[in-house]
Amino acid sequence: MVIQINKLTKKYGDLTAVDNLDLHIRKKEVFALLGPNGAGKTTTIRMLTMLTIPTGGKALINAQDVTSNKVKKEIGVVPQHMNLDLELTAWENLELHGRLHNMPRDKLKARINELLTFVEINPRAFELASNFSGGMKRRLMIARALMHYPSILFLDEPTAGLDPQTRRKIWDLIRRLNAAGLTVLMTTHYIEEAQILCHRVGIMDKGRLIALGTPQELMEKVGEVVVEFFGGTDTGYKFFARRQQALEYVSHLKGDFLVREVNLEDVFVEITGRKVGD
Amino acid sequence: MGFYAVFWREMVTLKRTFFKFFASRLVSPLLYLIAFGWGLGRGIKMDGGNYLEYIVPGIIALSAMSTSFNAVGTSLNISRLYNKTLEEYLIAPVTAQAFVLGKVLSGVVRGLIASLIILGLAFIFRAHFNLNGWLFLVIILTCFLFSALGVIAAMTINSHEDMGNFNTFIILPMSFLCGTFFSPNQLPDAVALFIEILPLTHASLCLREIARNGDILPVSLGVLVAYTLVLYAGAVLVMQRVRD
Repeated sequence: MVIQINKLTKKYGDLTAVDNLDLHIRKKEVFALLGPNGAGKTTTIRMLTMLTIPTGGKALINAQDVTSNKVKKEIGVVPQHMNLDLELTAWENLELHGRLHNMPRDKLKARINELLTFVEINPRAFELASNFSGGMKRRLMIARALMHYPSILFLDEPTAGLDPQTRRKIWDLIRRLNAAGLTVLMTTHYIEEAQILCHRVGIMDKGRLIALGTPQELMEKVGEVVVEFFGGTDTGYKFFARRQQALEYVSHLKGDFLVREVNLEDVFVEITGRKVGD
Repeated sequence: MGFYAVFWREMVTLKRTFFKFFASRLVSPLLYLIAFGWGLGRGIKMDGGNYLEYIVPGIIALSAMSTSFNAVGTSLNISRLYNKTLEEYLIAPVTAQAFVLGKVLSGVVRGLIASLIILGLAFIFRAHFNLNGWLFLVIILTCFLFSALGVIAAMTINSHEDMGNFNTFIILPMSFLCGTFFSPNQLPDAVALFIEILPLTHASLCLREIARNGDILPVSLGVLVAYTLVLYAGAVLVMQRVRD
């Protein structure tokens, strides 16, 4: 296991942001923590990256406690909010990161060139980061997190607020990084993102892990086909193991309805009784 | 070498905005020298010398203080609360000591440049004073301790507005009362006693003695060293506790 989380807890006064979280993440896995705002996904990542101090429990990365300075060399972090240094150019942002990780000067230049090419920012390497679009900033943040050759990448809502085209570019980057051997732990509230990118998914709600498995396993738990029926202001859901059963059911339905395959959003709705964005 | 990475970043941005920084550091001392040196102070004698020569060391101390405090405090507070760029340092294998040292040294560089600007202006205004190693040592200590104070303020104050209030209620009164434009002895005893505890008073006194006679005041130097050590230790401590 690359990441071992045991009974990890974070409390802010009376509020329990993360509640006794147990989770193990495997080497070279792309794992997503899925859930609505306030579910505890970001707090979990912040505890694993030592930006937030846990109230209880333990987390190990490559068998070392996350409070150890050695862990910092193993992890790359892309936070949800934009935290590039806007007074520096793209090149300087990467150089600063390399210097902070004490990278040898002769390797810095080659690594910066390699990463700026990888995220397709090379032509604008010497422009201030403040001039970049949201998508370019996010790609530069990924490049920055990779500077010191981490083996684990934490991505907190990597595509939040990005347009569909840019989102797909980020997905391609994540796939390529994983193919190169990186373990990725990401958070998202985009169901499609988790379904497309991840080997396994953990669904969090109110600080607790309420479901865990591959997207396929989780979807099979609720059924193969769902009928969405619309009455008044509410939408109803009914799950079926076989499409034939669903079709028989709708033959008796009055009003509007939709028959479709189950997705991860349905899993979330079925488990929590709420939609992801609620 | 973590401190050098932090320092390097500050020097990159200083180089990029040097002209703006230089011009902004020129304005206040120039106005002080014109108003208090040429204007109000033309007929005033202080301690047997002309007033311009009296206030130049005080203005150097004041400028070293405000430049180094604001250079470190304001930018770091914004970095912690708004830009969140501080996180980049928190997730890096850089110790709190190294981070604070890098930031404080960058404040020292900016404070030194501001002080050199005033020395240049003073020569243009034909003020006479001694320049020696003690003078630069006292300026560096002043910049260092107020940069460290800037780190403490930036890490403990939770809004940009309150940073402004810190400037208004702490830094600004020190600017005027700590022997910059007149001797604290002219103040009521209780106030003078309080003023004599403050670091800027000892910076002004020290610089004035060096400028006039070339000598150091050992007690004031000791007070500045003590403030430097205590504030640096305090800055490291608050940096270690910055995580939520």
